[in-house]
Amino acid sequence: MSDFKLSPEVVKQVEAICEKHGNKPGELINILHECQNNYGYLPEPMQRVIAAKLGIPATQVYGVVTFYSFFTMTPKGRHPISVCLGTACYVRGSEKILEEIKRVIGIDVGETTPDGKFSLDCLRCVGACGLAPVMMIGKKVYGRMEPQNVRKILEEIQDD
Amino acid sequence: MEKINLKIDNHEVSVPKGTMILEAAASIGINIPTLCHLNLRGTCVQNRPASCRLCVVEVQGRRNLAPACETKCMPDMIVSTNSMRVIKARKTIAELILSDHPNDCLTCPKCGECELQALITRLNITEMPFKGGELSQRKKELTPSIVRNMDKCIYCRRCETMCNDVQTVGALGAVRRGFNTTIAPSFDKMLKDTNCTSCGQCVAVCPTGALTEHDNTDQLMDDLRNPDKIVIAQPAPAVRAALGEEFGMPAGTLVTGKLATALRELGFDYVFDTDFAADLTIMEEGYEILDRLKRHLAGDESVRLPIMTSCCPGWVNFFEHEFPDLLDYPSTARSPQAMFGAIAKSYWAEKMGIPREKLVVVSIMPCLAKKYEVTREDLKHCGLPDVDYSISTRELARILKRANIGFAGLPDSDFDKPLGESTGAGVIFGTTGGVLEAALRTVYEAYTGKTLPKIEFTEVRGLEGIREATIDLNGFPLKVCVAHTLGNARKIMNKLRSGELDYHVVEVMACPGGCIGGGGQPYHHGHVEVLQARQKALYSEDEHKPIRKSHENPDIQKLYEEYLGAPLSERSEELLHTHYIDKSIKMTW
Repeated sequence: MSDFKLSPEVVKQVEAICEKHGNKPGELINILHECQNNYGYLPEPMQRVIAAKLGIPATQVYGVVTFYSFFTMTPKGRHPISVCLGTACYVRGSEKILEEIKRVIGIDVGETTPDGKFSLDCLRCVGACGLAPVMMIGKKVYGRMEPQNVRKILEEIQDD
Repeated sequence: MEKINLKIDNHEVSVPKGTMILEAAASIGINIPTLCHLNLRGTCVQNRPASCRLCVVEVQGRRNLAPACETKCMPDMIVSTNSMRVIKARKTIAELILSDHPNDCLTCPKCGECELQALITRLNITEMPFKGGELSQRKKELTPSIVRNMDKCIYCRRCETMCNDVQTVGALGAVRRGFNTTIAPSFDKMLKDTNCTSCGQCVAVCPTGALTEHDNTDQLMDDLRNPDKIVIAQPAPAVRAALGEEFGMPAGTLVTGKLATALRELGFDYVFDTDFAADLTIMEEGYEILDRLKRHLAGDESVRLPIMTSCCPGWVNFFEHEFPDLLDYPSTARSPQAMFGAIAKSYWAEKMGIPREKLVVVSIMPCLAKKYEVTREDLKHCGLPDVDYSISTRELARILKRANIGFAGLPDSDFDKPLGESTGAGVIFGTTGGVLEAALRTVYEAYTGKTLPKIEFTEVRGLEGIREATIDLNGFPLKVCVAHTLGNARKIMNKLRSGELDYHVVEVMACPGGCIGGGGQPYHHGHVEVLQARQKALYSEDEHKPIRKSHENPDIQKLYEEYLGAPLSERSEELLHTHYIDKSIKMTW
């Protein structure tokens, strides 16, 4: 699934998160939230550590991770792109923006570019409906998007 | 107990408080259709997610239809199971289930045994008004034991319940959501790459053709018709108590004699019996018990107790995966299936002058893990397996039907000698508690030097998940325990790991009821009575056997005289014992 191997330090940290939640299976979702918050995503070995710590099958952890769209098993890009598909943005053509982004960086929703620069996700409403259609790159909001602007915006994004 | 009175379809009914509408209706002969529901009463096998909604009924005064399986009876409730509203809703629910089903019933391996198919017929559904989306994330897989075709899955979650709650293996679970939901191993791996024990209980309860057995019947047909091969059969004890069900006989009909005749009619060159090897297992395992006991009593602290039985390949897989630190507790004795293969391809083949490569040993087993077991490297000799392949009780029924053999009308016959001679002790291997009882009969007499005053050890019989007893061996209290289902085995193993276990001998079987409830048996369709009847049949066969102790089997005695020497001799160790491997999933950091 993933070439990623957890370092012993990360294993210790993940185990500490589980312990903080009393190693309770009922705390699984909170534990997953905290792990994803810290590490950006939930790779297979991390889910196995959690399963072993809580004494539940890895299938159960994987079931929860795949059920909720918030959880991801793919590392996010350095510049995560989110396109709003909320009602206001949608009726003003955000789907076309999404298609153009997909075309320009060559990945699908939920994926990350091979160089790790961009990842692509959708979300529902960032509370800026007046600027629809809206996309976000990192924490910056781009409003009144048009497909022909997409390439230029993406090309201007530079790694620090 | 407090009783509740209610009305179902205009019939007064009185049931204990807490009874569900489904059971209350059944008690007065009203048979509400179900699909996801499974309840082997008196065992831990229960699947009650109320997810299929086919059992909906109308409760007067309630806005929504209620699932009968999980709605408790209330005083003065008025229930209708067949109002127009119910009939219509039930039909729509079934049509929706069909909307993304492949509907290739004619060529489905489950055809005729499929609970969905039976339901569609019963609900008089003749058209499919809904067409669901195409599904891409569901997988097909063929392991040595199990075939997964998740296109046929209806999300009843029975397999998940068996794998997680009953067996505590956790190899299968629901992943993703909505239309993309599928029942799969973690990280969408293949079952063969997981801790799946091949016990086959997921297959035993699957209502549709999503989970079935790996079919070896074509291979068997080919070999039986091949003049260059000598094909020999070994049917397991539990097969004779269940095969008749496939031919319309009531559960618990013993068909031992017909089974031998049928195998001969099929074209097997020799028809032997795994029961013979069960007796042999008792000799090896029994003497291993004695050896460990004597050393323990002499103060040898390196002795591992309790000794645990090792005939069940699902259980062997389980402890190899989950308890690699305790691999020196189980007996090293191979299973009867494996012992039979080893003896057939050495002692018997040499005696008959048949070259090993010409001989095909086929087992007929109530079990799907046995299909995996024959592929184990430790059960091969010079790269060739001791048992070539294993077919299930269901597969044998199918092949008999294909070969036009009218099973019900067959006369009885005996198994061939010498590998077909068996005792009552061998027969009861097929039920939970049987291996332990058979071992006790031999261990008692070998330890005390006395004849057993009473052959039966009824204290270890039954269907309770974990049973314990203390047997008096000339003043020495031998503490024994029987566990069936891997969930119960886990309880025992956890106690062993933490040092709280106080037994000398423990028997474990992976399936509910032991082999009688195996993953390769005719489908019980949720009726625990079927398992009870099969268990009773095996004890009855034992009772009517002229010899009921393994060590008194004359052909076993001869085998030791002519070939093996004694139990645990060098040759016995080589042919009849094995070793276990650590299969736990290794983390990669």
